[in-house]
Amino acid sequence: MTDSTSWETIDNDAIDREFADEIVKSGVDRIRTCIQCGTCTSVCPSGRHTAFKTRELMRKAVLGLKDEVLSSEDLWMCSTCYTCLERCPRQIRITDAIISMRNMAVDHGFMLPEHKKASQKLLSTGHAVPIDEVNQELRKELGLQELPPTTHSNKKALKQVQEILKRTGFKDLVESQKRESN
Amino acid sequence: MAEAQTYSFFLGCVMPNRLPNLEASIRVVLPKLGVNLEDLEGASCCPAPGVIRSFDEPTWLALASRNLALAEMSGHDIITGCNGCYCTFKEALAEIREHPRRLKEVQNIFKGMGLKFDGRVEAKHVIEVISELGPDYVRKKVTHPLKGIKVGVHYGCHLLKPTNNRPWEKTQNPTFLDALVEATGAESTEYKDKDICCGAGGGVRGSQVAVSFDIAKEKLDNLLYAGVDCLVNVCSFCHLQYETAQVQLNKELGEKKYQIPVLYYTQLLGLAMGLDPNELGLTKHMVDTQPLLDKILT
Repeated sequence: MTDSTSWETIDNDAIDREFADEIVKSGVDRIRTCIQCGTCTSVCPSGRHTAFKTRELMRKAVLGLKDEVLSSEDLWMCSTCYTCLERCPRQIRITDAIISMRNMAVDHGFMLPEHKKASQKLLSTGHAVPIDEVNQELRKELGLQELPPTTHSNKKALKQVQEILKRTGFKDLVESQKRESN
Repeated sequence: MAEAQTYSFFLGCVMPNRLPNLEASIRVVLPKLGVNLEDLEGASCCPAPGVIRSFDEPTWLALASRNLALAEMSGHDIITGCNGCYCTFKEALAEIREHPRRLKEVQNIFKGMGLKFDGRVEAKHVIEVISELGPDYVRKKVTHPLKGIKVGVHYGCHLLKPTNNRPWEKTQNPTFLDALVEATGAESTEYKDKDICCGAGGGVRGSQVAVSFDIAKEKLDNLLYAGVDCLVNVCSFCHLQYETAQVQLNKELGEKKYQIPVLYYTQLLGLAMGLDPNELGLTKHMVDTQPLLDKILT
């Protein structure tokens, strides 16, 4: 509880001191040098239109608020435009940090339902955006091969893709996701 | 630089499965520039750098490596017309070249599959190959200069960034695409926040549609203010975003405020080379291109 006279503090149980280490290990070695200047937030295209604050996400990551970060929908607001990474005065690879935290979130079962659908399409067709009837027709009208020369027209290739997705554990990972649609 | 070159043409998902008209324009224009395309048979999703890589990076690297391996085995460098696929291939190649243990991981996954991969192959973007030929070379191919056409140029994020792993001049204000647009005789019009993201990447379009279209709307408003005749881009995902966003925004408004034709660069160049708009897929757009075609062809 906070009131006008108490300090607002973060419960120690919420802090996972190894969280930032995991992000460092994934290649974002400068994340602890963040000075909270807010350049990342100011150049973020999603931040212009929503309450998403990249700076807040970075602070929580360094503090170690793992559960809060991994379950937050904010993590999925980034369009990976790389502008923050380019402009960060501490040269922190911010976009890569977000991708690394997203990997951890998915590992904890927090993949968004829409993303689970796209992943299932990848698993079944080799494409996250597979062909549909309208576009098959359109291809024909344009004088193109009705089915593109991808996994769509090559069963052996599709099998190979599916075998790779099995070997990397992606199939199991997608099937284990627990987040439900709103 | 006018010797014939051959590349393995990587299609990805959005271009062949949602915007085959862009694919058609690349297939007709590139050979006329001396660039031959060989289909990369059996290729899959690249997979998307901000989507699948966000879910499981090792899966992203393995599948990207498979597509690169198919090209490597064919003996040609890979070429793609999508910024997202380009980003995946550039970043995957950087990862395995900087960390040989990552290449070993991938080779282990490939065991017994008949996939040979050493990471020697290069990945290029359609616009990178045209840019290497240069604006002067392009100008020589133009038979019907697009005089008086005002173009809003959109580069797209993953074509340019991260800059430490892209071939372009290190600058925050690139001009190579503007120069290639002007080589067609059209004018590249300045407009506000030219470098802003289309809002589609990173899984945002898939899961936060309203936010994604809000971001797209900002650029569309700036383009309307600048009074352009069309938007020209070089990415199938940005292209899809700017076409579908206009349709959706008009639906919400109940009026046709947003009617900016969206063209892929090879469609614009094809028009300047006197090619048939049908052949360039220009009659298959979501946002009507006819007003632009009328202005150019009459």
